[in-house]
Amino acid sequence: MSKLYSGAEIVFKCLEDQGVEFIFGYPGGAVLPIYDELKNHSSIKHILVRHEQGAGHAAEGYARSSGKPGVVLVTSGPGATNVVTALTDAYMDSVPLVCISGQVPTHLIGTDAFQECDTTGITRPCTKHNWLVKDIKDLSKTLHEAFRVATTGRPGPVLIDIPKDIQFAKINYSKPKIEKKLNGKKSNQFSQLEINELINLMNKSKKPIIYSGGGVINSGPGASEALRELVELTGFPITSTLQGLGAYPGDDNQFLGMLGMHGTYEANNAMHDCDLLINIGARFDDRITGKIDEFSPKSKKVHIDIDPSSINKIIKVDLALVGDVKEVINGINKTLKKKNIDLKKSNKEKISKWWEQIQKWRTKNSLHFKNSDTTIKPQHAVQRLYELTKNKDTFITTEVGQHQMWAAQHYKFNKPNRWMTSGGLGTMGYGLPAAVGVQIAHPKKLVIDIAGEASVLMTMQEMSTAVQYNLPIKIFILNNQYMGMVRQWQELLHEKNYSESYSEALPDFVKLAEAYGCKGIKADKPSELDEKINEMVQYDGPVIFDCHVDPNENCFPMIPSGKPHNQMILGPSEKDENKITGKGKALV
Amino acid sequence: MANPKSAYSVSTKKEKSDTHIIVVWVDNEAGVLARVVGLFSGRGYNIESLAVAEVDAKKNISRITIVTTGTPQVIDQIKLQLKKLVPVHKVADFKRNDKSVIFKEMALFKVVGNTNKIKKAINACKKYNAVILDKTKKSNVIQITALRREIDKMAKDLKKFGLVSISRTGAVAMTRGNKVFN
Repeated sequence: MSKLYSGAEIVFKCLEDQGVEFIFGYPGGAVLPIYDELKNHSSIKHILVRHEQGAGHAAEGYARSSGKPGVVLVTSGPGATNVVTALTDAYMDSVPLVCISGQVPTHLIGTDAFQECDTTGITRPCTKHNWLVKDIKDLSKTLHEAFRVATTGRPGPVLIDIPKDIQFAKINYSKPKIEKKLNGKKSNQFSQLEINELINLMNKSKKPIIYSGGGVINSGPGASEALRELVELTGFPITSTLQGLGAYPGDDNQFLGMLGMHGTYEANNAMHDCDLLINIGARFDDRITGKIDEFSPKSKKVHIDIDPSSINKIIKVDLALVGDVKEVINGINKTLKKKNIDLKKSNKEKISKWWEQIQKWRTKNSLHFKNSDTTIKPQHAVQRLYELTKNKDTFITTEVGQHQMWAAQHYKFNKPNRWMTSGGLGTMGYGLPAAVGVQIAHPKKLVIDIAGEASVLMTMQEMSTAVQYNLPIKIFILNNQYMGMVRQWQELLHEKNYSESYSEALPDFVKLAEAYGCKGIKADKPSELDEKINEMVQYDGPVIFDCHVDPNENCFPMIPSGKPHNQMILGPSEKDENKITGKGKALV
Repeated sequence: MANPKSAYSVSTKKEKSDTHIIVVWVDNEAGVLARVVGLFSGRGYNIESLAVAEVDAKKNISRITIVTTGTPQVIDQIKLQLKKLVPVHKVADFKRNDKSVIFKEMALFKVVGNTNKIKKAINACKKYNAVILDKTKKSNVIQITALRREIDKMAKDLKKFGLVSISRTGAVAMTRGNKVFN
């Protein structure tokens, strides 16, 4: 008779078998048996957060920057409901998370017991799948299956709800052989014929563009390498979504910058005028497409995605290749090389005019802003931060709002997994806990959260986590005293009625930093910026940097509501001519 | 809305909506129906009727039949989204006017009245495989199996014969001939 293990022990056996090193969590009544077991498993380190949402975002930061699934452990009831925002965020941005939640004992389920909630019911729409384990016999199988679901296909969050009596119950454990129950959910469904057709389209194209997204990051570093090779082989211009930044070097000449609502003039115009659009691992999000009816009207559209339900969801495409981005691009590259098609050379003449046009758009210098000697412009702050940290293999997280867009526009990424931001859900308060998770995964690297003062206050309590574990994260706050993006939209759409978007009673961030036991730095003059950024970077420990910036600065360029790609507002001087009118106002 | 001024995707191209019957084979486990139904409500798809029961006790497979309306794009999305659910094995989709597929719904009618009225009610039901399930001097429970619109019509027609209560199922579907959907 083999040894009997408790449910709690089995949880850790499974985590060990899955190679988990870190758990982000918060204890409570219904997970106490699991917490009790923690001491016996030295290979797994628990990171105690200050709020379960923080645990979720930290696990997201960990997962996005390392490529491994993030593991979250929370208690029943409020523990589980607090993590819902992070699960939804991970679901929208395809981040692999495994969340283990405690539940009241099985005989109390449904009785409105203390700290009981219908966790699987609440998290059903924001996870790839979830399980309530009602029998100890199912526990190990379910846990391993959970890791498989979270990490295969299009990654995403899963949740396993374990009642307290199951954590105590005993059974023997053997590492289960996972039977591949694919149910027809095969990732790679593309064929060589489709690749040939794509190459045929590439050959014919005079105005091609590659539009890559977060799928390239999710597919692993190999996918970024393959993408770089493809761009090199074809000589095509490439633009990227918010989530895809870093897959292709941000400072390369073939890179047109980010596209979409706050993308560059050249990227958006190229999307509008192209005759071949190759979407690699992106999903035609509404921040990208602008007005659907006028989205890239003259192009043949190709979509490469691992998720079949992404195809034709928003934009009808002419050719779809369903599969893991890395496999597909490698397939394309192989075929290109085998057939000895040097598109770069053979197409040179064909697409040279296209490049000329792109150069013309580039001269608009759409990321330009008027700098100042007296106040710090937020764009300038991000640019200085970039210049002073670009040689350090820096990891950047952000909150959500204007600062996020400025970071995306002015910080250039050369490697994948260096940029963690909440794109799909747009969760204010994401960046600080995400930075905690990133620093856990990369203890020696420089991790900076480019933040807004409103966002960062939503999860500020996680500074305490950073201090506890000596995580030298840097919180670089672009403090404009407003919910900047809200204020910008109110300026553009609601006649400058700044309803509730001004933060009346902000804390003194320097003192706040000191209260948490970390370093506070404040800058409000452009002349002192560099010196203080250097001070922040060199300090060995967590820092809150309160950078006072121009409160009236708006984020440009911008595709206003109801407009297509080729009608961008480039700057404040233009916005009166391009006023948003009528129904455009009703839409965000 | 000729010119929707929207950063969100509001399409002006209105495609025609069709009624489809979607058949889903799922693992018969706790919460599986909630997953399927939740997908419909969460994404704003419409369910006209629903029928679900276990069809293979050994393999633990249930068969869910859903009647829904949508444009071809929406129907495609429904199928693809359903296929992504972990407990879903396969998904089939038929147009309601597909001649190669049988669709049936069942209804129970309770008719209360004098013998004459009840007789008329039974007569009216005859062409829809009427079965008398319960009979008293003053009432009858009649079962019919028919198409949705036929049952709709009967429900209307039987009013004058003393129809007091209706209970009906969702549609179930099966292909004709020896073909099996895989």
